[in-house]
Amino acid sequence: MIPEIGHFSLIVATALSFLLAIYPLIGAKINHPGMINSAKPLAIMQFLLMTLSFVVLAYAFATDDFSVGYVATNSNSLLPLRYKISAVWGGHEGSLLLWSLTLAIWTAAVAVFSRGIPKVALARVLSVMGMIAIGFNLFILLTSNPFDRTLPYLPLDGNDLNPLLQDVGLIFHPPMLYMGYVGFSVAFAFAIAALMAGRLDSAWARWSRPWTLVAWVFLTAGIALGSWWAYYELGWGGWWFWDPVENSSFMPWLAGTALIHSLAVSEKRGVFKSWTVLLSISAFSLSLLGTFLVRSGVLVSVHAFASDPARGLFILAFLIAVVGGSLLLYAVKGSEIKSRGKYGLFSRETFLLINNVLLIAALLVVLIGTLLPLVHKELGMGSISIGVPFFNNIFFYIMIPFAIALGVAPLLRWKKQEADLRPLFIQLAVIAVASIVLAVALPAIFADKIKIVAVVGFALAFWVIITSLLEVYIRATHRHSFATGVTKLGRSHWAMVLGHIGLAMMLIGISATQNYKIEKDLRMLPGDEVVFADYLFEFERIGEANGSNYEGYKAVFNISKDGKFETVMHAEKRSYFAQRSMPMTEAAIDWGVTRDLYIALGEQLADDSWAVRIYYEPFIRFIWWGGLVMSIGGLLAVSDRRYRFVNKGAAKAQ
Amino acid sequence: MRKLFVLMTFMLSFNVAAVIDVYDFDNAEQEALFRTLTAELRCPKCQNNNLADSNASLAKDMRTKTYHMVVAGKTEDQIVDYWIDRFGNFVLYKPPVTLGTAILWVGPGLFVLFGGLIIVRNSRRKVSVAADDRDEELSSAEKARLAKILKDSEK
Amino acid sequence: MTNDVKKKKQLMTRLVPLIVFLCVSIFLYIGLFRDATVLESTFIGRPVPEFALNDLVEPELQHDKSVLSGKPMLLNVWATWCPTCYAEHKYLNELAEDGVYIVGMNYKDERTKALRWLEELDNPYKISLYDPDGMLGLDLGVYGAPETFFIDSKGIIQYKHVGDINPRNWNSELKAVYEQLK
Repeated sequence: MIPEIGHFSLIVATALSFLLAIYPLIGAKINHPGMINSAKPLAIMQFLLMTLSFVVLAYAFATDDFSVGYVATNSNSLLPLRYKISAVWGGHEGSLLLWSLTLAIWTAAVAVFSRGIPKVALARVLSVMGMIAIGFNLFILLTSNPFDRTLPYLPLDGNDLNPLLQDVGLIFHPPMLYMGYVGFSVAFAFAIAALMAGRLDSAWARWSRPWTLVAWVFLTAGIALGSWWAYYELGWGGWWFWDPVENSSFMPWLAGTALIHSLAVSEKRGVFKSWTVLLSISAFSLSLLGTFLVRSGVLVSVHAFASDPARGLFILAFLIAVVGGSLLLYAVKGSEIKSRGKYGLFSRETFLLINNVLLIAALLVVLIGTLLPLVHKELGMGSISIGVPFFNNIFFYIMIPFAIALGVAPLLRWKKQEADLRPLFIQLAVIAVASIVLAVALPAIFADKIKIVAVVGFALAFWVIITSLLEVYIRATHRHSFATGVTKLGRSHWAMVLGHIGLAMMLIGISATQNYKIEKDLRMLPGDEVVFADYLFEFERIGEANGSNYEGYKAVFNISKDGKFETVMHAEKRSYFAQRSMPMTEAAIDWGVTRDLYIALGEQLADDSWAVRIYYEPFIRFIWWGGLVMSIGGLLAVSDRRYRFVNKGAAKAQ
Repeated sequence: MRKLFVLMTFMLSFNVAAVIDVYDFDNAEQEALFRTLTAELRCPKCQNNNLADSNASLAKDMRTKTYHMVVAGKTEDQIVDYWIDRFGNFVLYKPPVTLGTAILWVGPGLFVLFGGLIIVRNSRRKVSVAADDRDEELSSAEKARLAKILKDSEK
Repeated sequence: MTNDVKKKKQLMTRLVPLIVFLCVSIFLYIGLFRDATVLESTFIGRPVPEFALNDLVEPELQHDKSVLSGKPMLLNVWATWCPTCYAEHKYLNELAEDGVYIVGMNYKDERTKALRWLEELDNPYKISLYDPDGMLGLDLGVYGAPETFFIDSKGIIQYKHVGDINPRNWNSELKAVYEQLK
């Protein structure tokens, strides 16, 4: 009975989506206050009903209701409760429900927290979001209903959740990603609403920006979390594979990053408007494209959901309607968007635009790289693969001008170029030299070989860090002493600094790992030792280590550095009773600021020795901490007091 | 609960399904070549895995064969060609540079070029006085509000 | 440039993203109806490679590539661990009875299991090759079972079919391929 409540709730929510999509939009067109004002309550009701639907599904999981097919396929009575709940989004149908719920959350949030926006504009925005909701809800109801029952058959127990997913990563990674993907629909809706209305003043950018920033923060954190999860879960020492599903998350991120910078410029300077509108449309379009690629079976990936041409067709039709419709609207009504104002060649606008271009070029690389194998094969030219070597290579070359411009831009003024740029050039030259010196010093201290590719990466990172610090100094000492000036810098400013330093940290982590990672597969007997990267790994002993639902072995390793004992690491090999065929390795990871040590135990070999894999990964944590720092930067930007909507002035002007 | 805590979890053990093959090489260069090859070669039947990461028996056979070729002194190009001869370009994660794949480099390259040109052109453009400015005119109340907003944002 | 022409040019420029997107959509649509995991063979038009494999039934008997030429034939790659091969086997028996010359290659399998299978399910193969370590498979670009190579009398591979052979695909396309083998 209860799952039916969830199903019914979803149906009513869909009906409300229809109302939300149509009613306020007509109201906006004919300027009918009643219809315009209906948007907010409709959005809130939709949210409540979607929440109910989702909670009901979660309840079905929590109570082991295996009469619901989706629960039977993805859960098991022995599963710990937290994994039962996260199993709700472990499969296609449930994850779509999460998508739709996330959309309802964002729609209601926009409805409630938008006091500064004229109601007519808000009505249009909410209607557009309602249209998107229609698409997703119909998709769920017609092709992917998680509430379908298995009755008259009732499974005694479920199939269980894939063991690789029984991990804390599943609890956080998908919800954060979805908050990001779906959050870009807000910027999208703002852009469409503006195109419909035929006007795009600077206030539009101001309204859109905080929503876009929050979505971007979620997506950044979600991707970083996914990367970290893959690293420790899959145990290949890798953190990014350029897999189509990973690329599907990275493309909206690239567009989103370009967008938050473009919005900043449109808001401040009133320029780039047309470009910003196009980016707003693109970011969400890429989210939708990602949804299609991941669920349609069109591309081969370990992460892809089980596919079905009927589902793929629906999503494709939806994609064409939303993206095609919005791009058509942009083409036809784009002429109404006029940017007034100009900027000099060495202005901050120019350099922001340069990096926007580079970000979108990177986006094109990923997009073409992901889709070309499909196109190439369909055109009869054969199967090709585009993967890590290609993407890493191109991104290295794009990163060089990108990081350089990123360092320079904050030091330039808006609009006009300085009459005399020579002092700036001298500063930059000094910083360049300092960066290179530091970049050579770092591997000289931590490694035994200096590799040019790594030095380039480190130099770019130091360049970004030092220019950011210089900029802070210049801004702070503009009118005050440094100590006073620093306290007066706004959150928005610190947001920028953190965002850029986060990127620099990632660059350090990536350059170090790509070039100085050491991986060894060895056969070791108890008592054996191996030395590399200044660490001594001693395989002390191995013994049986059994658990309640598995049996296995545990190996004990003593790690010392330069003769001094550092730590003990335990690597295990387990055979779970439920899955005899594939023994699982419990890898041991000793994390540190400057390096991770990783040990995985393999099979026992013919001569009684054990296969052991050991990794040394220098500075790998910087990659995810960098992502974290970037996210914190984004949060700081949103918390800037400009976005507190308790602004009485704005409320009065309504 | 902060992501911080999750990210900074201390020494932990994690679940992984791994098959670790141990091969004996004559020197470090051979080992490095083997690692490079097994990373850039793709398992023909897997769901997007390279030879190093795949548990499939076909991948194991390919790794073993690759190992023998490395130890026999073959170069990277020779070994890659060997596999492409049997499985086609699909088996290498580096796309071939042909007319059909040119767009991979040309597409983004052209975009950067055009973007650069537009940037330079726009920086030289004079302010255009739009013909129908009247839509853009603000009331004095709106102007005052806009001025306040702009002042707030000029930090 | 006159204002009208300028406006038209700008409209054309703004239509580019839409046109690009629609073109991409066409490829996405086509992709929905294709199997993304099927790899085309690099051996079409090439001769069978050299090999030396023992016979499955008579272990001392050795075969080389001469068994794969002389007449048009099918080379069927199969194994007992492959459920699709089981489904395909009955139809192969029918084809063999109809006069189709099929050579079998037992791929990465155990001899005893394979022999028992052929006993229980009948043997459609005129010759049975035994490739326990999959080395001929590797040399032919085999990446799974079942796969079937269509070879002409000169020993040139003219076609490769991935997946099972069943009445539907035999009658609609594969039969014609076989009949065209010289």
